[in-house]
Amino acid sequence: MSEYTAKDFKKGQPRWCPGCGDHFFLASLQKAMAEIGIAPYDTAVISGIGCSSRLPHYMATYGMNTIHGRAAAIATGCKIANPNLTVWQVSGDGDGLAIGGNHFIHTNRRNIDLNMILLNNRIYGLTKGQYSPTSPRGFVSKSSPYGTVEDPFRPAELCFGARGHFFARAVATDAPGTIEILKAAQAHKGASVCEILQNCIIFNNGTHESVHTPEGRAKNAIYLEHGKPMIFGENKEFGLVQEGFGLKVAKIGENGITEKDILVHDAHCEDNTLQLKLALMEGPDFPIALGVIRDVEAPTYNDAIEEQIKDVKSKKTYHNFQELLMTNDTWEVK
Amino acid sequence: MTKNANVEDLDHVVVRFSGDSGDGMQLAGNIFSTISATVGNDICTFPDYPADIRAPQGSLTGVSGFQVHIGAGKVFTPGDKCDVLVAMNPAALKTQYKFCKPTGAIIIDTDCFNEVDLKKAEFQTLNAIEEMGIKNDVIAAPITQMVKDCLADSGMDNKAILKCRNMFALGLVCWLFNRDLTVAANMLKEKFVKKPGLAESNIKVIQAGYDYGHNTHSSVSHTYTIETKEKKGKGIFMDINGNKATAYGMIAAAEKAGLKLYLGSYPITPATDVLHELAKHKSLGVTTVQCEDEIAGCASAVGASFAGALGCTSTSGPGICLKSEAMNLAVILELPLVVLDVQRGGPATGLPTKSEQTDLLQCLFGRNGESPMPVIAAISPTDCFDAAYSACKMALEHMTPVVLMTDAFIANGSAAWKLPNLEEYPAINPPYVTSEMKGNWAPYQRNPETGVRYWATPGTEGFCHILGGLEKDNKTGAISTNPENHDLMTHLRQDKIDKIPVPDVEVLGDKDDAELLIVGFGGTFGHLHASMDEMRAAGKKVALAHFKFVNPLPKNTASVLKKYKKVVVAEQNLGQFAGWLRMKVDNFAPYQFNEVKGQPFAVSDLVKAFTEIYNK
Repeated sequence: MSEYTAKDFKKGQPRWCPGCGDHFFLASLQKAMAEIGIAPYDTAVISGIGCSSRLPHYMATYGMNTIHGRAAAIATGCKIANPNLTVWQVSGDGDGLAIGGNHFIHTNRRNIDLNMILLNNRIYGLTKGQYSPTSPRGFVSKSSPYGTVEDPFRPAELCFGARGHFFARAVATDAPGTIEILKAAQAHKGASVCEILQNCIIFNNGTHESVHTPEGRAKNAIYLEHGKPMIFGENKEFGLVQEGFGLKVAKIGENGITEKDILVHDAHCEDNTLQLKLALMEGPDFPIALGVIRDVEAPTYNDAIEEQIKDVKSKKTYHNFQELLMTNDTWEVK
Repeated sequence: MTKNANVEDLDHVVVRFSGDSGDGMQLAGNIFSTISATVGNDICTFPDYPADIRAPQGSLTGVSGFQVHIGAGKVFTPGDKCDVLVAMNPAALKTQYKFCKPTGAIIIDTDCFNEVDLKKAEFQTLNAIEEMGIKNDVIAAPITQMVKDCLADSGMDNKAILKCRNMFALGLVCWLFNRDLTVAANMLKEKFVKKPGLAESNIKVIQAGYDYGHNTHSSVSHTYTIETKEKKGKGIFMDINGNKATAYGMIAAAEKAGLKLYLGSYPITPATDVLHELAKHKSLGVTTVQCEDEIAGCASAVGASFAGALGCTSTSGPGICLKSEAMNLAVILELPLVVLDVQRGGPATGLPTKSEQTDLLQCLFGRNGESPMPVIAAISPTDCFDAAYSACKMALEHMTPVVLMTDAFIANGSAAWKLPNLEEYPAINPPYVTSEMKGNWAPYQRNPETGVRYWATPGTEGFCHILGGLEKDNKTGAISTNPENHDLMTHLRQDKIDKIPVPDVEVLGDKDDAELLIVGFGGTFGHLHASMDEMRAAGKKVALAHFKFVNPLPKNTASVLKKYKKVVVAEQNLGQFAGWLRMKVDNFAPYQFNEVKGQPFAVSDLVKAFTEIYNK
């Protein structure tokens, strides 16, 4: 049992717009941290800039609200310098994938043991309503009055393309679903990306409408669980099956399909092909995948660097500055 | 070893080794300077690399040079021009002859002056010496053939044998200056410890070069000695370049402070060797991360400092452009950070392998908002150690980013360095929170004397807090847009930097009655000192005030600058330091000497310009 409650992680009065997805996420994060049970003083929450990056101000942990796009890089240095800390990096879709896209992919590639939260509302809120790198093609905003003429990033593709080992997704309004993936992210050693689908009530209201409510999720989402058949629908009447190189939604009981024919989710599979297909599913033909999509063990950068230091220390003959000096070609003047 | 009959003793001599970039000129030069340093001579070296990684063999762009200045007493620069030029091929002769004094001797490998090589170096005739109108003494030796003969029985293949040509030239130079070959032999044994056969062959070739000079007396009438007149003081010495000294300074400071050293970096000429050096020393717990870009290099160092390490980042001018936002973050967070700028020619990509002082204003001001940052400029290769140590100490004790400026010239140049004793260096005491402060502490509470806030690192119970890039309340650290608070915080951040104690600037030379005060900063110290010495030797009253601490300036700056009739500020930019001094010292109107060639100053140019000002 954890000795902490969500209250131990709470600080101040959030100043996001009423109804903003950030409120929901913040509450879930605090609850998840309490359940995880790591002390607030051993926890650092590091964000960039944007509405969601205000989040560390409302945490009773160590925190840093840094500069636009650099949260992952700053969190990287923090974790490597003190691997005993639990480091959460919080960014929005602009902070994490536009200005900070380079740090996002390289942090995944290096596999730094960070919990990377991507609060995705597909809009720039703090600058008052421009399209973001996750806004769909044709999206109309203040900076794209005639619709965008570019395709969006799909965060899972970036994560997998960068050889990421953990990717999970939740809807901000779904507290249990969010808490579950946050705990899984913490349990995973290495870079863990949690995409949180959240609404921007002012500039992009309804962006994740289909999965916003419990009813919507029952109809339009699938909760993935490792080792369980991928069944969904209001009456659990649908399942995912493989067809050729792709996935297909099948109705259980029709065309001879039984529960046995439904694919079993394997989040631990090294090969990410099917996990990527799951992550990219979207309506109306497919449900949106929620839960832990990929969770594969791999060596972390911070562990590897500590091991290397230990190893080199045991092999080298110099262990302080004065000894280092004497490894050079020297001469004595008497 | 027998000495030649006609031996002349010299005060100082400049030797330049040059050849194709694959000819091993840097190694030959290094060994020669170390041999000389070992007998107590002072040394100052400067490698001149080509910009291309592997230019075509024998081409004009592929020439690599290494210049060493050896003195019986103190030497301050690698020398404007050389007394001996080694040119291993026609391209070297063509491009390097301009660095040779009219009285200088030239050593060439005649085997490499054949039609093909001459053509590669764009000679029109088969006689390079005549075509260039060279009147100097030329020691024309068939080096290649003699090396082949010497190593005929070694079992080495032709390619490996040809790689020993540099050692023959080195042997010849050692004969010319009556240098003992024992040190060279030991160095080679050390370098090729895993290939003793190769060490043996190289040693044999050096001896052959020496003997060739001794037996033929070549075409020179004298050989030379440089008898040490002014001992550098007792102690153990090594030859060190500025980049290595900088890395060592960071290591020493982290050890003294009892902190982990973290370097976030991205490769960039001419700063990369600092990353290389630090990456080697995991046995000292040094952590280096080669980041995805310059931005992450600096940002991750800020993160490391937040976590309680000594966060450092290394780069050159173009990298500072990218790091400036994270440097600025460190200013408002008030966290320690050391930013190394090894200056090169700019703007943009500019001249990557060349040296300038053109980043000063960028380092002082290149950020949005009022963003004060201490700046320390190392003055010589060996001073890079002390400057780096000072930068780390200042960053840690004053909770601020500090820019440490060096330049390509002192970063790559080397000199004899007396090994420091870390016990004699000042303690480094970061302003950590104490357990008594628990419950009664706020992140922006300050030491009333120094204006420095206290440092609480994550993992410490009772001090959870948030830092951020938004303006914050002057005590609690909560976000604040209050106008009075912002004004106060702006002043507090500035005052904190202004209060950092730095040593007075020292006046050298005729400090009481100089007619002309030379003023400079950073890596030009050697050249300015040498020009002052030359003018004083000519009977003129000249002094030098050379600045290492640029921001904050030493307390005595105004009084020094105002004391002399004429002042000239000499720098390798268009007057950035002069402008900074004018901003800080009322009614200061100096003469200026500005040159931006990407090359070190030439002492002769400085003396000429200063003498004109002196005589005005």
